[in-house]
Amino acid sequence: MIGLLLGVALAGTVTDHRGTSVTASSPQRVVALGGTLTEIVYALGAQAQLAGVDASSVYPQAATEQPQVGYYRQVGAEGLLSLRPDLIIASEDAGPPEALALVEAAGVPLAVLSSEPSVDAAKGRIAAVATLLDREAKGEALVSAMSAALEGLAPAQPRPRVVFLFGRGGGSLLVAGSDTAAAAMIELAGGVSAVSEYSGYRPLTPEALVAADPDVVVSTTRVVEGLGGVEALTAIPALAACRAVLQGRIVVLDDLMMLGFGPRTGEGARRLHEALTP
Amino acid sequence: MSGHASVRPALRFGAAPLWAVSSLAVGVLVLLSVGTGAVPIGVSTVVALLLEPLGRVAEASEVEATVLWALRLPRVLLAAVVGGGLSLAGALTQGLFRNPLADPGLLGVSAGASLAAALALVLGAGALGAWASAAAVSAAAFLGGLAATLLVVAIATVDGRPAVATMLLGGIAVNAMAGAGLGLLLTVADDAQLRSITFWMLGSVAGATWPAVGVAVGAVLLPAVLALRWAGALDAMLLGATDAAMVGVDTVQVQRGVVAVVAIVVGVCTSLCGVVGFLGLVVPHLARLLVGPSHRRLLPMSLILGAGLLTAADLVARVVVAPAELPVGLITTLLGGPFFVGLLLQRRGRA
Repeated sequence: MIGLLLGVALAGTVTDHRGTSVTASSPQRVVALGGTLTEIVYALGAQAQLAGVDASSVYPQAATEQPQVGYYRQVGAEGLLSLRPDLIIASEDAGPPEALALVEAAGVPLAVLSSEPSVDAAKGRIAAVATLLDREAKGEALVSAMSAALEGLAPAQPRPRVVFLFGRGGGSLLVAGSDTAAAAMIELAGGVSAVSEYSGYRPLTPEALVAADPDVVVSTTRVVEGLGGVEALTAIPALAACRAVLQGRIVVLDDLMMLGFGPRTGEGARRLHEALTP
Repeated sequence: MSGHASVRPALRFGAAPLWAVSSLAVGVLVLLSVGTGAVPIGVSTVVALLLEPLGRVAEASEVEATVLWALRLPRVLLAAVVGGGLSLAGALTQGLFRNPLADPGLLGVSAGASLAAALALVLGAGALGAWASAAAVSAAAFLGGLAATLLVVAIATVDGRPAVATMLLGGIAVNAMAGAGLGLLLTVADDAQLRSITFWMLGSVAGATWPAVGVAVGAVLLPAVLALRWAGALDAMLLGATDAAMVGVDTVQVQRGVVAVVAIVVGVCTSLCGVVGFLGLVVPHLARLLVGPSHRRLLPMSLILGAGLLTAADLVARVVVAPAELPVGLITTLLGGPFFVGLLLQRRGRA
């Protein structure tokens, strides 16, 4: 919640997710820990200021060629310091905390930003990164573009029932429940989650998928690739029996657009809305 | 080595009723499983749907028919066959090593399969494209399990004869190496791949399809039944290789045969369902309590009990947190662990 209250005090200073005041003065060696934050840096046109990114930074494609610090939940302090960063922007999920504390103790400014999957939090993240990187005008433009994209997404009535697939969990499919970025995005696009009996991403018993009988099945590019493509997906017995699959209503969005709540949140919601509204 | 001799059948029925009761219990469990699930289907509807291929007309919705025939029935059958196969493989492994604490995992099958499955899950998406489907992961797991076992056997073979003690140590080494390889893959996997690998390693029969049931019957049940003919030889080998040879047992041939059957059975089971832990260790003990240490009774009883136990465990896995489900390997280990500890404590008290 603190993330929502990102107070922007003076130029280059933000109050981060921990309530810490972080100041950066025209940083030139920024390390981004979290795919959404990297995407924001690129959207701001500030990629020249990047010194490194983590392994979850897969959008845009160019980000994957930046120096790597490993997976953002498991970074090493020495690896981070070796990039001689003058600012680290980290998702609240980045860690381990000991490594980040060490880097901060070594004098590198560390801004921890909320990873909450909501439009307000997405706008807050963009504004905070823009402030820290001296790109406030561009940040404001991104935020108002997001607002514009989200305007007039009137939900179809009755609201289409949606199942979001997050890969395979052993034999069963991992399906998004409540309290997930996927559920938030579906809500934003005017749909309603067909599975809300549990929270998080969990293996859904195949029978329940058939019983839920969603109108639309949604997934992401990487998940579908991991499952062997759309065709392999539709051959899974529980899915093959679903009306959504029989009618070809499978929507595949880019991973970070669907789940990242970064600069493309508006675009993603709009695309999903179009797919949900027949 | 003395483990077998110290375990006496705790229950003494006449032999025939015991076999009838345990087979019947498995049958009842299978029917109960077919009648239970996240989608409630009435008993009469289940019966009508099951009789439909015989020309009866069933009054059931399309959802009920799909759930029963495409999802529930293959799943229950797969659980029964895999449970039986893994348990029999456990009994065979304990006979081979003449050690009741042995587990098919010692031959490296599960570790090799896990490493190969993870490899397919992590590298597959990029390198294989459309091939990175469930079938590719299964194939990789089977080949990985087989390769690991061949490595263990190669390490343990001296002058054309497998040395069982070396096989144990070789198995430990291969397990450790496969574990390290798996760890390396986990460090490069992304979130979604990590989830897939984790769940794969906890085991599940949720992916059951009719082709999978077909593969399981052909590649698990068939070798398992063939292995029953080594029961007498394994009994003789409990006394030691020299004594066994004196009564005319070709120990090398039996050892090779047992290793091959265990590798194939466990490899296929693991490739279809991921790693289902503990069945291979615990069920033979349970069977020994019922019918004693002779492999002539121990092997078939392990098959029957294993089929019943995995069917029951899967029923728990898919019902207890419905509509979500738990990995079945978790249930078998959660139930098997305490049982095994109890067994150890009981034996310690007796010693």
